Amino acid sequence: MKRFRGFVVKEFLHIFRDYRTLLILFGMPVIQLILFGFVITNEIKDARFAVLDLSKDETTRQITEKLTSSGYFRLDRNLNTYNEIEEAFREGEIQLVVVYEPDFARRLERDHVANVQLIGDASDPNTANILVNYASGILTNYLLSMNAEVIPMKIVPETRMMYNQELKGVFMFVPGLMAMLLMLISALMTSLSITREKELGTMELLLASPLRPMQIVVGKVFPYVFLAFINACIIILLGWAVFGVPVRGSVGLLLFESFLFISMALSLGILISCVTNSQQLAMMISLVALMLPTILLSGFIFPVENMPMVLQWLCHIMPPMYFITAIKSIMLKGNGLFFIWKETLILIGFTLFFILMSVKKFKIRLS
Amino acid sequence: MNQQPIIIVKDLVKKFGSFVANDHLTFKVKRGEIFGFLGANGAGKTTAIRILCGLSFPTSGELSVAGYNVYTQREKIKQNIGYMSQKFSLYDDLTIFENIRFYAAIYGLSKKEIDRRTDILMKKLGLEEAKKKLIRDIPLGWKQKLAFSVAIIHDPKIVFLDEPTGGVDPITRRQFWDMIYEAARNGITVFVTTHYMDEAEYCDRVSIMVDGRIAALDTPVALREKYHAKNMNEVFLQLARAQKTEVL
Repeated sequence: MKRFRGFVVKEFLHIFRDYRTLLILFGMPVIQLILFGFVITNEIKDARFAVLDLSKDETTRQITEKLTSSGYFRLDRNLNTYNEIEEAFREGEIQLVVVYEPDFARRLERDHVANVQLIGDASDPNTANILVNYASGILTNYLLSMNAEVIPMKIVPETRMMYNQELKGVFMFVPGLMAMLLMLISALMTSLSITREKELGTMELLLASPLRPMQIVVGKVFPYVFLAFINACIIILLGWAVFGVPVRGSVGLLLFESFLFISMALSLGILISCVTNSQQLAMMISLVALMLPTILLSGFIFPVENMPMVLQWLCHIMPPMYFITAIKSIMLKGNGLFFIWKETLILIGFTLFFILMSVKKFKIRLS
Repeated sequence: MNQQPIIIVKDLVKKFGSFVANDHLTFKVKRGEIFGFLGANGAGKTTAIRILCGLSFPTSGELSVAGYNVYTQREKIKQNIGYMSQKFSLYDDLTIFENIRFYAAIYGLSKKEIDRRTDILMKKLGLEEAKKKLIRDIPLGWKQKLAFSVAIIHDPKIVFLDEPTGGVDPITRRQFWDMIYEAARNGITVFVTTHYMDEAEYCDRVSIMVDGRIAALDTPVALREKYHAKNMNEVFLQLARAQKTEVL
């Protein structure tokens, strides 16, 4: 125990001496959360649009008025000919063009059909899609309000978005960011710290000392459990204080799942350092093999259900997806262990698997 | 006085796949002697030293180190030996003081004992002023002396030095050997590998390894006489050449 304590003290000395890395480790969650929270947002506000009104009657004027007053759009300019559309897009400031056909109001009156064309700037497909949908919605609403007197019946859908009423993007990012950072700190930092000893040749000395291999590994991992845990708490607190991301379920369970995920990532880090001998390689493996899947194949940014089948299978063999599902369920839905026992078991399974693998590899190396 | 040899090696064989790194090594090291393990790079010195330190398992052979069995009592062995590798492995980002304390701690010394020995060591090496310096800021010669002092901080029965003088200037090397003599006088058996033949003269006995086998083992004086050589370098060259012609 005395030996183990000496070893852990040394590990902490390494970490605190390298204050730059420490700064990055603790600064990163804060900066990333703020960036993700404020910058990446799917909400549309004041998108500039142009109108090509070939009818210029009361109805088209009212529709344009509706669009502008919705808060989503801001009228940038009026166009006079079709040729100007392309030009307007090219300047890059206009994201949507609305074209009313000639005699719009009269055709609506007479034929009950009038055409309006919505042209989006699909060089940014997501935004174009959202804008066109919003505009269609406003058009439909306008039509409904006009026909209210003509047709006495109408269906009024009342929508409610459960668990995230305002559709805040940051609700998604907090769990995803936690997965990403815990993975980074735990797997990357441990694998680096172990391979560094190998590179320096100090690993030999440690192995030749009375410290048991198990003590070395646990001693290496111990400080990072600490750091990762603190980081997880910072993210949760910051998400709650700045962005109002709730923790509706039990905080204890949330911390438990985080702890489980940290252990999983740490055992993965140990496995990486067992199969590599240089810090560079360990870093490459951690970044490419861990970070990319955590960001792309976990449901963090892109929904898993929309991916091609093969990628969905890939997602299912990566641990982050389960962690993100589990903590989202706790934080947003307030679910208890009963609803996430499957994810929990899978994470435990991954952890055991990686530990077994590394023990095996470690033994091979020694003989 | 205990006449039982402190290291007994009988028919040690270590294979990596089909490559035989140690081919039936047999030797004994007496208590308190400075035993030199000589050979060219790749002759199998490091492999043998790693096995004796419990860093790697032998393929076959009977070995006992400090009275303990290499196969079954590795933990006991580790408690009783010190090891210094070719890289003078200290932690660059820790201070001299922290490095000493760390190694003392992992060998299980008590807090009081750690303080006492750290003080003695600092005075002996004249590093009291520099104890807060980071290892990366001190010269190679200091590092080497420090690495050696740290390897024997727990008063081991044997200290294994794997090419401890690589890359160090001749004067520092000489000073380093003074430290080795002092350790030997204090009853620590020194097992040292080197490929500097002049250092072989400083050893009580040397074994010369060529291609994984022990080609000769005796005191430097006896070896020089036997091969009618002026110095150890000639002895070594004769042995290495003999091996080559044998292979051809």
